Amino acid sequence: MSRGDDALVVAAAGPLSTIQDAGRWGHLRNGVPPAGAMDMIALAAANLLVGNAPGAAAIEFTLAGDTLECAAESARVALAGEAPAFLGDTAMAPWRSFTMRRGERLRIGALKRGARGYVAVAGGFATPDPLGSRATHLRSGLGGGALRPGDRLALARGIAPAGGEVALDPAELPYLDGAIRVVLGPQDDRFTAAGIATFLSGTYTVTADADRMGYRLDGPEIEHLDGFNTISDSIVTGSIQVPGTRKPIVLMADRQTTGGYPKIATTATASLPTLAQLKPGDRLSFVAVDVAAARALLAEQVTRLGRIATNLRPVSRDPRDLPSEILLAHNLIDGVVGPDA
Amino acid sequence: MSWVPRIRPSGDSALVVEFEERIDPAVSARVLDLDRGLAAAPPEGVLETLPTYRTLLVRFDPLRTDVAALEAELLSRAARARGDAAPGRLWRVPVAYGGAHGEDLDSVARARDMTAEDVVRIHSGTVYHVYMIGFVPGFTYLGGLDPRLHLSRRIDPRLKVPGGTISIGGQQAAVQSIAAPSGWHLLGRTPLRVFDMRRDPPFLIAPGDRVAFTPIDPATYDRLAERAERGEIVAEVEP
Repeated sequence: MSRGDDALVVAAAGPLSTIQDAGRWGHLRNGVPPAGAMDMIALAAANLLVGNAPGAAAIEFTLAGDTLECAAESARVALAGEAPAFLGDTAMAPWRSFTMRRGERLRIGALKRGARGYVAVAGGFATPDPLGSRATHLRSGLGGGALRPGDRLALARGIAPAGGEVALDPAELPYLDGAIRVVLGPQDDRFTAAGIATFLSGTYTVTADADRMGYRLDGPEIEHLDGFNTISDSIVTGSIQVPGTRKPIVLMADRQTTGGYPKIATTATASLPTLAQLKPGDRLSFVAVDVAAARALLAEQVTRLGRIATNLRPVSRDPRDLPSEILLAHNLIDGVVGPDA
Repeated sequence: MSWVPRIRPSGDSALVVEFEERIDPAVSARVLDLDRGLAAAPPEGVLETLPTYRTLLVRFDPLRTDVAALEAELLSRAARARGDAAPGRLWRVPVAYGGAHGEDLDSVARARDMTAEDVVRIHSGTVYHVYMIGFVPGFTYLGGLDPRLHLSRRIDPRLKVPGGTISIGGQQAAVQSIAAPSGWHLLGRTPLRVFDMRRDPPFLIAPGDRVAFTPIDPATYDRLAERAERGEIVAEVEP
């Protein structure tokens, strides 16, 4: 199907775009961070729209998207994220699949809400998969690096599938609203009762020091019980550690595998996509749930994503002729500011 | 009095089995004994494990695992974990000390009131225990550093230290695998690549192994570095 040199070519790169999939798991014991998409819901949405498995590799962009040129006969693509997009001069709606033809350029602008968007292609990207994953880990260089102009992103198939352009309603995506759910521990016993109460009652702000490795938060100081030095120990995605600054750091997809600060709590998997969409200046708070409740939230999310996958709405209309009310609904017109989450 | 292992959730998808809170080869051996047992007979739902100094992280599929049953199984196995396993493989790792290869050798010697030669003799005269691989791919954490070389970390961490760097920090020593930030003191550099994606598997050293350093001169470093560049493993290993 693929001629081998079929690709999407990066004509212009956003501030930080990388290839990400469901993560490079199975090598924690050798110090290999999982990386992978920060927002697994949006990754799944983009992939489902083009008929891929939900964890297939896609482009993750940060704050603003890339300009991609089709260097294949055709490619079926989809954008997950509230960003304006233009195929040539024609506005394209997000949350639906459409077809690019050879030489056409897809230009994706700045996200109107959230921090990260995804571009998936039918059949998936055929970029290198060291240790079994195409996920980019920026520090080690596994899976490549940040996308740069001129990069050729190899495609597994060089022609779009016949028919089958579909759409979904982003309002149905199972993001958790409200406080970030956390499971206390594994080292909550390294904090005073007052420290834990502060953590669970305070409002925190994402600082400018926030990237794929983790978010440094600002807010009320959390009291340790007996200093902050521990013997270096394992970290998971979503671990919340409190160093000597007494301000929490939430560790995200590119985090190291081990670290030496006490971890007061761990983000529930179901709240990670919500965290992934926070930007510097955004505020958040935490609420404790037990393991069973965290698991129930995740199970519900998976069920709802499955429902979306089986209820994708066929699109008959050429997206190049979208009526203005749909463009407005998707906030595609410059100057229209969407409601903030 | 024997220590009773403890188990704690690390979110909804992992459990941490904790042993005694100290850096000790016998504690590490218990972690690794539990780890080997899980690899040989993995309980339902377990996806992977991560041994550290005194804990074992057990990652599982949250939607297909009975967490209470897994906890009970891990606690029962942890209570039986033994700390008397035979030591692992011994890696003899060549190191060019000082100069451009180890910028901090002289300052470490001054801080400890000894000569650079003393530091090299002490550092290379020890057999280290590999406690864990962590931080970045292949980064090897070693214990057993001679107390005469215990030294607080640098006040001002370096933003980028090259792969192959041999460093010390606090009571620990390390073999750095790839370029990364470091607040430790840089004593030397090995041409050995402990992480090389051209190899299968790409990782050489495992927790439970031992490491000893062999001083080499800069010319030998260059020669071995060329061989490592061609994909050769430029260390000797004893079973």
